[in-house]
Amino acid sequence: MVLVYAESPRGQFKKAAFEAVTFGKKLADQMGCPCAAVVLGPVQGDPGELGRYGASRVLQVSDDALQTLDSQSYTQVLAEVARQVGAEVVVMSHTSTGKTLAGRVAVRLKAGLVSGVSGVSEVSGDGRLVVRKSVFSGKATAEYAIISPIKVLSLMGNAIRPEVEGQAVPVEALSVAVPAPRVRVREVRTVEGRVPLPEAEVVVSAGRGMKDPSNWGIVEELADVLGATTACSRPVADSHWRPHHEHVGQTGIAIRPNLYIAIGISGAIQHLAGVNNSKVIVVINKDPEAPFFKAADYGVVGDLFEVVPRLTESIRKFKAAQ
Amino acid sequence: MKFLVCISQTPDTTARVAFTPDGKAYDGTGVTFIMNPYDEWYALVRACELREALGGTVVALNVGPAANETTIRKALAIGADEAVRIDAEPTSSAFTARQIAEYARSENFDLIFLGKETIDYNGAEVGAMVAEYLDLPYIAFASKLDLEGNRAVVERDIEGGVEVVEVDLPFVVSAAKGMAEQRIPNMRGIMMARTKPLKVVPPVPVEEPVQVVKFTLPPPKAGVKLVNPEDMDELVRLLHEEAKVI
Repeated sequence: MVLVYAESPRGQFKKAAFEAVTFGKKLADQMGCPCAAVVLGPVQGDPGELGRYGASRVLQVSDDALQTLDSQSYTQVLAEVARQVGAEVVVMSHTSTGKTLAGRVAVRLKAGLVSGVSGVSEVSGDGRLVVRKSVFSGKATAEYAIISPIKVLSLMGNAIRPEVEGQAVPVEALSVAVPAPRVRVREVRTVEGRVPLPEAEVVVSAGRGMKDPSNWGIVEELADVLGATTACSRPVADSHWRPHHEHVGQTGIAIRPNLYIAIGISGAIQHLAGVNNSKVIVVINKDPEAPFFKAADYGVVGDLFEVVPRLTESIRKFKAAQ
Repeated sequence: MKFLVCISQTPDTTARVAFTPDGKAYDGTGVTFIMNPYDEWYALVRACELREALGGTVVALNVGPAANETTIRKALAIGADEAVRIDAEPTSSAFTARQIAEYARSENFDLIFLGKETIDYNGAEVGAMVAEYLDLPYIAFASKLDLEGNRAVVERDIEGGVEVVEVDLPFVVSAAKGMAEQRIPNMRGIMMARTKPLKVVPPVPVEEPVQVVKFTLPPPKAGVKLVNPEDMDELVRLLHEEAKVI
């Protein structure tokens, strides 16, 4: 059995949960076993919808105590559910929730863990599972064999597209004792509006070449027509031109969108470390010697104050014609 | 207060990445190693600030060979009071976590700090594992941490925002950007670091449930395709038809 923990931060499934179930289903097919999804805490909507992504069973522990992400109570519950269903592989998402839990669950289940997995290389009959992940901030790929009887994986965001292939299934309510959380939430501050950077498929990012924070309108407009999330380089965040949660790079957030558009960013190695895993990189910079061009798929050498509005207009035209 | 800060040594950000001919291990020949930035800038500095405000001891712990002692001395120069080196090659997160936990088990630390991840293997696994071995709460990706008596108030990064949580000591925390500001060791710190205690502890045996199959370098990029800045329709066409991303 492959057991997927379908996370539901603040009671809502995000793309990460659908990706994890899709991945779990494909892995289960390779292993010749079923895939179950487990949901922790109350959620909005019908968790049985996870069946559409390939889960043949959807299990829910809906105790209110699980509204707080406490790694100890979550681990207790996940380990108990894994034991009840006889899970050979437990799949999670490589998100802040998943990273809070994966190591802990692996220790509890005496399981080998590989986190940030981007794909499965080999499922062998003798119980070995070989998986791939990106290491050294996208500068290399590693393959690891997990040899323990139980295995834990966390799936890198955007590594697989969610696929609808089945239908909703009835939800099985599990009764599992939930210990009282030792972590208490005082306050939640969310950033409304755009898709959070780690989940974003398209990211429009800008750097010091913008010259002044008041010039960001053209970046926002480009992001709007693309349905993209905005990001920035470290110097921009450090000078408070943009909020810190937009900072991508070595010390900020590492992202892996399908499309990353870098505007007026020179491409220091610390910045590249956070964006190397993007599928396609477009660089717009007036300096043809900017190191970012070496890492780019497409480059535009020109004045960003002319090029960006022109690109926005071309995309608007393209979207209207679609 | 007794603080433990787990520090890891990683290749410098700008170091070239190469592997041994069999592809089984990282080849660090000629590479400069540094203290993992998240451990140094945020975890270690915040622990030192709390010690300065509240009194107590900051212990820096590294799992690694004798060659790591330069990095360990740097932690002492920045402000740790003493250091411990578990004398073993840190072969995996499972191995490292077990060594840290075995050492910390009998030491009754009030707070155990780590960086949110290392910049080489990017696993973010060790903190949760240590917390589980020690049966302690774990707060990952903390961007702010204050103590109110025996209780901590911590801001943690969550998907799309920040959550402010409180938790009683002791617990394990992983530090992210925002928790503190980088400190450059001064001459006095560097001199004092030479005489601070550095204890070497033998490792405990660990069964490895995960094995390296191989490391590979990505094929070189095909090279950038330059598009005429006057012709953004062409860029849109390429992104749609060739790259298939819009």
